[in-house]
Amino acid sequence: MTEPDRDPSARAGRCRANYDLYRGQTPGQTLGPFFRQGLLRTRDVFHVPGPSCPERDVFDNVLAAPGAFGEPIAIEGCVYDGLGAPIGDALLEVWQADGRGRYQHALDPSAEPRDPRFRGFGRAATDVRGGYTFASVKPGAVQGPNGGLQAPHVNLVLGARGMTRHAFTRIYFDGDAALAADAVLALVPAQRRQTLIARRSGLREGVSVYRFDVRLQGEHETVFFEL
Amino acid sequence: MTGTPRDPRRKEPDRLVSKVSRYQPLDERSHPAYASPRYASSVYRSPREPLIPIRQTLSELTGPSFGPEILLPGDADLTSNAGTGSPALGERIIIGGRVLEEDGRPVSNTLVEVWQCNAAGRYNHVSDTHDAPLDPNFLGAGRCLTDAEGRYRFVSIKPGAYPWRNHYNAWRPAHVHFSLFGPAYATRLVTQMYFPGDPLLDIDAIYMSIPSAEARARLIARFDHEQSRPHYALGYRFDIVLRGREETPLEAL
Repeated sequence: MTEPDRDPSARAGRCRANYDLYRGQTPGQTLGPFFRQGLLRTRDVFHVPGPSCPERDVFDNVLAAPGAFGEPIAIEGCVYDGLGAPIGDALLEVWQADGRGRYQHALDPSAEPRDPRFRGFGRAATDVRGGYTFASVKPGAVQGPNGGLQAPHVNLVLGARGMTRHAFTRIYFDGDAALAADAVLALVPAQRRQTLIARRSGLREGVSVYRFDVRLQGEHETVFFEL
Repeated sequence: MTGTPRDPRRKEPDRLVSKVSRYQPLDERSHPAYASPRYASSVYRSPREPLIPIRQTLSELTGPSFGPEILLPGDADLTSNAGTGSPALGERIIIGGRVLEEDGRPVSNTLVEVWQCNAAGRYNHVSDTHDAPLDPNFLGAGRCLTDAEGRYRFVSIKPGAYPWRNHYNAWRPAHVHFSLFGPAYATRLVTQMYFPGDPLLDIDAIYMSIPSAEARARLIARFDHEQSRPHYALGYRFDIVLRGREETPLEAL
């Protein structure tokens, strides 16, 4: 099947210094209007679903099952374009630590146990009115630069038809005492920080509801990061 | 894992993760600018403010990973994964390659997701209203994990070209959408694979949104006779290169 002798990358022991083996990054491209067919494969996405299609995809917008450690939250909002029109075909992906501040990843140094009722990744597509929602728990604080802690936050990837590649941002939580000391927020000009802070809009059936709108342009353009 | 036993309540680095990898910056020449005026819908869907650079933290260096339990059986064969028992129509193809970091290191056990239109140029997606026939035996979606050497492989049919509204008489070249995670949140990549010799590439606003011709060429699979299977399917090779990394002590994060 493969040709290890012809493929220099198949040899062991490479490092970044081998510039002769340097391969350029594969360019990104827009995910287009039909990404749900590949990324959120619920039965109702398909014109002709086929018997193998499950009602629900393995990916969805629910990160926390009942009983997950932490404060249950909903994050909801809308995605808007530069004309203030809702974007009805955007993809949002979130990655966050659990309620104790532990990422489900080998690099996380936390000795806290893994929460079996929580998964750190979620996906949602916006509806025709640009709206999205995630069901989760408020993440705990995670390790930050220089030994400090970062304020609780959710990492968000946004893509859409018309976005030539995705964009990274973060969702912080209004009223959190740790916001003032967060090293990433400190890099953001003060007048733009509020675009990264979800506002608590109330309590619904025991779940704290946070509102986080994304604006691609305009006076309140969301801050996006270069990672 | 030697030395004194760790106190399980101590929140400090394990020996195994005393060094972590920070990812190389995104190469701006290789990736399209957000605002790409020939691609009309990018005009109001592109951030105007410059991105704010941050130092990668645990949030960017960790990321989701998935095991085989999330895959449906046979989901890497798009000619049959609709489960109807009848094959999809079109020219059968095999798309395979490796997922690598910039230095050639393989990215193993990472999820690869693909979606595409059918041989007639129609997506099996309720929002696609293009007047071309649907194929009830073709979902146009598949998933697989790379193996230990970073290899992936899909069987599919060659997608058709289709019109879109970007400008008068605009047509997308045949393409397959790819989504990859890589080892970290920072390595997420969504892209499109094209086919060699397609005359529509040079007039495609999405393909041409990548500034460098050399970088654009990386999205064109090459015909791969060795991956072709006699009396079955033509092979195409498409290697995908994610951001590389440099080692850094965890304390320096």
